[in-house]
Amino acid sequence: MCLAVPGKILSIDGVASVVNMSGVKVNVGLQLVPEAKVGDYVLLHAGFAIQVIEEDEALETAELLAEYIFPKEEQ
Amino acid sequence: MYREKVLLTHGSGGRRTRDLIEKVIVKIFDNPVLQRLEDSSVIQEARDSGGALVMTTDSYVVSPLFFPGGDIGKLSICGTVNDLATAAARPLALSVGLIIEEGFPLAELEKVLQSMKHTADRVPVSLITGDTKVVERGRADGVYISTTGVGVVPEGVELSPGHIEPGDLILINGPLGNHEASIRCARKDFSLDVEIVSDCAPLAELMRLVIEAVPEARCARDPTRGGIASVLTEMVEHSGLGITIDEEQIPVEEQVQGVCDILGMDPLMMANEGKMVVVVPGDSAEACLAAMRSAPEGKESRVIGKVHSGKPRLTLRTLYGTTRVITMPMGNQLPRIC
Amino acid sequence: MELDRYRDRERVRELTQDIARLCPSATVNIMEVCGTHTTAIARYGLRGLMPDGLRLISGPGCPVCVTPTSIINAAQMLSEVPGTVISTFGDMMRVPGTDKTLEERRADGADVRVLYSVYDLLRMAEEEPEKNFIFISVGFETTTPSIALSVLETAQRGLRNVCFLAANRLVIPALEALCASKEISIDGFLCPGHVSVIIGSDAYKPVARQFHIPCVVGGFEPVDMLQAIYHLIMQIREGEARVENAYTRAVKGEGNSKALEVTQAVFEPVDAEWRGIGTIPLSGLKLRQEYAHLDALERFDVKLRSIPEPRGCRCGDVLKGLLIPPECPLFGSRCTPASPVGPCMVSSEGSCAAYYKYEGTGHV
Repeated sequence: MCLAVPGKILSIDGVASVVNMSGVKVNVGLQLVPEAKVGDYVLLHAGFAIQVIEEDEALETAELLAEYIFPKEEQ
Repeated sequence: MYREKVLLTHGSGGRRTRDLIEKVIVKIFDNPVLQRLEDSSVIQEARDSGGALVMTTDSYVVSPLFFPGGDIGKLSICGTVNDLATAAARPLALSVGLIIEEGFPLAELEKVLQSMKHTADRVPVSLITGDTKVVERGRADGVYISTTGVGVVPEGVELSPGHIEPGDLILINGPLGNHEASIRCARKDFSLDVEIVSDCAPLAELMRLVIEAVPEARCARDPTRGGIASVLTEMVEHSGLGITIDEEQIPVEEQVQGVCDILGMDPLMMANEGKMVVVVPGDSAEACLAAMRSAPEGKESRVIGKVHSGKPRLTLRTLYGTTRVITMPMGNQLPRIC
Repeated sequence: MELDRYRDRERVRELTQDIARLCPSATVNIMEVCGTHTTAIARYGLRGLMPDGLRLISGPGCPVCVTPTSIINAAQMLSEVPGTVISTFGDMMRVPGTDKTLEERRADGADVRVLYSVYDLLRMAEEEPEKNFIFISVGFETTTPSIALSVLETAQRGLRNVCFLAANRLVIPALEALCASKEISIDGFLCPGHVSVIIGSDAYKPVARQFHIPCVVGGFEPVDMLQAIYHLIMQIREGEARVENAYTRAVKGEGNSKALEVTQAVFEPVDAEWRGIGTIPLSGLKLRQEYAHLDALERFDVKLRSIPEPRGCRCGDVLKGLLIPPECPLFGSRCTPASPVGPCMVSSEGSCAAYYKYEGTGHV
């Protein structure tokens, strides 16, 4: 019960925004993510953004996690 | 004649009807057979054609009437021509039935008719007979069109899903889902701002090239409503064989995938109006691809799957090497949030 | 955003191998409680990548499926009141009540409209002031904040022709009810990624502690789900029972405070019936007193009547993870997506419907 897709905020006008999702522009309400700025990636669900996605942090975390969990010497 | 809108009186069969037919419809279609204004027309082209005659009919009720990449007129020609093409039939003639809503602007009717003429010329196929009715406001969504096509299949050619054998390959001429995605976005139901162009196109020439290169082709189907999921499921049911398609090979444009992801839909079940699924013996696939790619509608043709003698069902080989079943869509897809 | 790295085949292969290598030899039952996880697992064929003995079970994760028939019937009754417009997300259109579906009611002449966003509801209500708009609100915590915003907006704009039939549910009470049930055998929960965006991964701590079951929050791409399963296996091996967040790019420990605030301002928890399971305490949401005038059941004076499941229906056991769909005697024969008997087959995200759609009738 969680169909939400990531998209990038192109413009903001009050709580309304236009978000680019794979080349499709969607009107998205930002009421639930007051801290969101143009250029941020957000998760879209049923016409609203429910979270700002921390892309770089996630990438770093995944890489660190990979090294920690899958150290190559463990057999 | 009232110049701007179609009125009920235009459908009554009297002088006004004659005016609409002569001065608008026949004028635009510009065909010597139509100009005789008879009740039925001889298909001259069938006289010396040899081969088997094929007939098909379809009705078109699309809304909106005009969308990126086409309109109801273009669709009415392509849809019927493509149905003939699934039998490898060269289109000989089409009939056109129009049901027009009272108050429909004449200028829009003319646009639709021009589009039909233009598309028919491109195939080429003649529009040689037709009928026109006008119904009260509210009874026809602008205009409904019905077209019936007659074609001839070359001697010795008979395409049927019953001919499919294990080892055959499944080919498609390009990316999936554009038509349905285009219509859904054009309807503006979901405030998605994107222009996706319908793939609406006639495929008679593409199929002619296919049969010329690969007369031993097994069958062909155009994946309209229900998408390739529907068409391939029908082939499984008809042939009693299994079909597996490869997720990695299935072409879908980024924006179409975007619309599908947002609305929770599956491109495999989306309607296409310029696509043909062709099944050929494994050894003939190269030749078939070359033939398809030589047509403008086939530049992105590729192999997407194969027929095998496993369980008679349609399966998908995922990107990860696992297999899952694809079932026939129950009905039209509804956008999901869950 | 590049989703490719979360679909990367090499990463999937590595994770699959690690899971196989580290999975304990006894049977391990991992339950997910999210219709989108159910569908994603089936769609990517993830069961085929799991080692023998590791079972991925679907719990009550489909909000449409667990909506009581009484609510579906109420929605249909309301559609017959002259001048009403029933609006809903697509998921609800084909769910049968005792008699018909909303889609069939529309064919009968009812004004039923599918929405993608609740924004459209308010726009339509303003454009058609003579009609009464009733929104059928079904969903878990991911969707509830958006509905709450619409309730607030409706109240603020003073729209008199909008009301809500609220049947939203809460995931944590359902997890607790499952765990408290003696028959259950769950070794770990794959927690719903987007519900967790709202409630935060910390919300699962009481479940992990009280019932000693590891809870890992997972996203929905193949790498996300496999990573979460990996974390679960590691904990199960060591006998641990912690909450871990494997979807850090979207989920924070504390969740989305604004979304929680808006939800709490509009709704209050109440006991609620889950189809196939029964009543779970404080697992549903009801409009608070100051918004009671926007409650469709109150406005139209509708009383809900509880409807029992048909005889032979085993959905309750499927939802608790005691039975996988093909083990139900009705699966694929009397109960199919075209003619569903129970809730698990009713929506395409239901465990049985997803199984049927992606894995065939299972009688292989």
